[in-house]
Amino acid sequence: MDLREKILTYIEKNSRVDLRDLAVMLGVEEAVVANEMAAMEDEHIICGYHTLVDWEKTSIEKVNALIEVRVTPQRGRGFDSVAERVYNYPEVNAVYLISGGYDLLVTLEGKTLREVAQFVSDKLSTLDSVLSTKTNFILKKYKDHGTVIAKPQDDERMLVSL
Amino acid sequence: MRNPLSERIVDIPFSGIRKFFDIAAEMKDVISLGVGEPDFDTPWHIRDEGIYSLEKGRTAYTSNAGLKELKMEIARYLKRRFEVSYDYDKEMMITVGGSEAIDMALRAMLDPGDEVLIPQPSYVSYVPCTVLANGKPVVIDLKEENDFRLTAEELKAAITPKTKILIMPFPNNPTGAIMERGDLEAVAKVVIEHDLYVISDEIYAELTYLDDHVTIASLPGMRERTVLINGFSKAYSMTGWRLGYACAPEAILEQMLKIHQYAIMCAPTTSQYAAVEAVKNGDADVAEMRQEYNGRRRYLVKRLRDMGLTCFEPYGAFYAFPCIKKFNMTSDEFATRMLQEEKVVVVPGTAFGDCGEGYLRISYAYSLHKLKEALDRMEGFIEKL
Repeated sequence: MDLREKILTYIEKNSRVDLRDLAVMLGVEEAVVANEMAAMEDEHIICGYHTLVDWEKTSIEKVNALIEVRVTPQRGRGFDSVAERVYNYPEVNAVYLISGGYDLLVTLEGKTLREVAQFVSDKLSTLDSVLSTKTNFILKKYKDHGTVIAKPQDDERMLVSL
Repeated sequence: MRNPLSERIVDIPFSGIRKFFDIAAEMKDVISLGVGEPDFDTPWHIRDEGIYSLEKGRTAYTSNAGLKELKMEIARYLKRRFEVSYDYDKEMMITVGGSEAIDMALRAMLDPGDEVLIPQPSYVSYVPCTVLANGKPVVIDLKEENDFRLTAEELKAAITPKTKILIMPFPNNPTGAIMERGDLEAVAKVVIEHDLYVISDEIYAELTYLDDHVTIASLPGMRERTVLINGFSKAYSMTGWRLGYACAPEAILEQMLKIHQYAIMCAPTTSQYAAVEAVKNGDADVAEMRQEYNGRRRYLVKRLRDMGLTCFEPYGAFYAFPCIKKFNMTSDEFATRMLQEEKVVVVPGTAFGDCGEGYLRISYAYSLHKLKEALDRMEGFIEKL
């Protein structure tokens, strides 16, 4: 693993790590880490630094859905142009091209069930190349981005051992 | 009433950490850097195999020496990782942790009066197990100026006509010291010259941060005079499963197995099935944990040095062993005061032998977050001194 990959492996799990500490852990100068990270941001290898939130513990209600979309690819542009039309909606969280029984997997976040339903019926289904949609609502998130949502276990080790 | 106790047992002291455990257990918001086991959970695929074996009702004894499948996998692993070959059938046994293997090896090899060379600072069981096996422990004090490695000169100076066994506790708990190939070759030469045997406790073999660990058993002429001890606790984060193993020439192993058969019967069956999965498919987990430990190691050593402590570079296990002599306190005083005043637990070096005086064992088997908070407190404590 080269330095860039080591940086990425680390910050993918904890993007808030102090750069000085990260540099110490990797055994290099802080400036080296900072430069590599800036370069990777420019090259869009690092695409953002987000926070994993368990909205269930707040008063804000959110409805998340996974929508399976079958589409007709367009001559010369394949799935890209329809994907772009879909991902430009701000309520769309993610769009993936999928192998298997359907083409695009769209994840969507809305305030209410109705808002999600409206998006699917008014905006998504009406796109020319969309053949069909199937909406799956998320009932509970157990694990997201490699992180278990439930509160992590306390350290159960004895305080001192040899 | 007659005294129910054995004098020999009563004479063996309790371990030096009891006091810290008792004080710390009564306190709130204590941060401990005093733990000698990994902070990672056992990787899920390994736990899953343990659960699966229970579901299948595999709850009977295994053969005394352990599951054949496990021993075969361990033989492959030792060949793959450390270039040493053992006959899984005649030269290997599965034990209840590395600790049992240490005990069995000493009991199988010692006659009354035989001397056992024990480099210290080192794990606490070698001296009492030697005494229990009727042997005579002879301590070799390792030195910081040698990075706590054992030198051929130190070894030679300790040998008498009664010396039979040398314990090799590397990678070392508590110092984090390792022995590189050249260091081992120098020691092996003396061992062969004086016709000694070696019990090599390599439980931290997977956790080295310089080059890959070299086992002394792989050096020419050493396999026939070495009991190699390893296990699953540290490499795969499996401390609570209690599983280790010993490899030795058939004549020695046979006798160890005899004691094991009467005293233990066999290592836990569930753990053995889980361990098959660990040793077969666990290399990637080990590599990932090693990398994580290495980052924390660098962080810890840098912080300690920034506090003005001297700390030699520990290339193994998950401990640093900084020197606190400049504060004119014993290790015990330092550790006790730091616990009382800043609620940080570390283990005084003296818990691992008298020559640990002036040092502390600090474990980095903690998340960076915890490590940082504990070291901030320690820094505050030192500034007040």
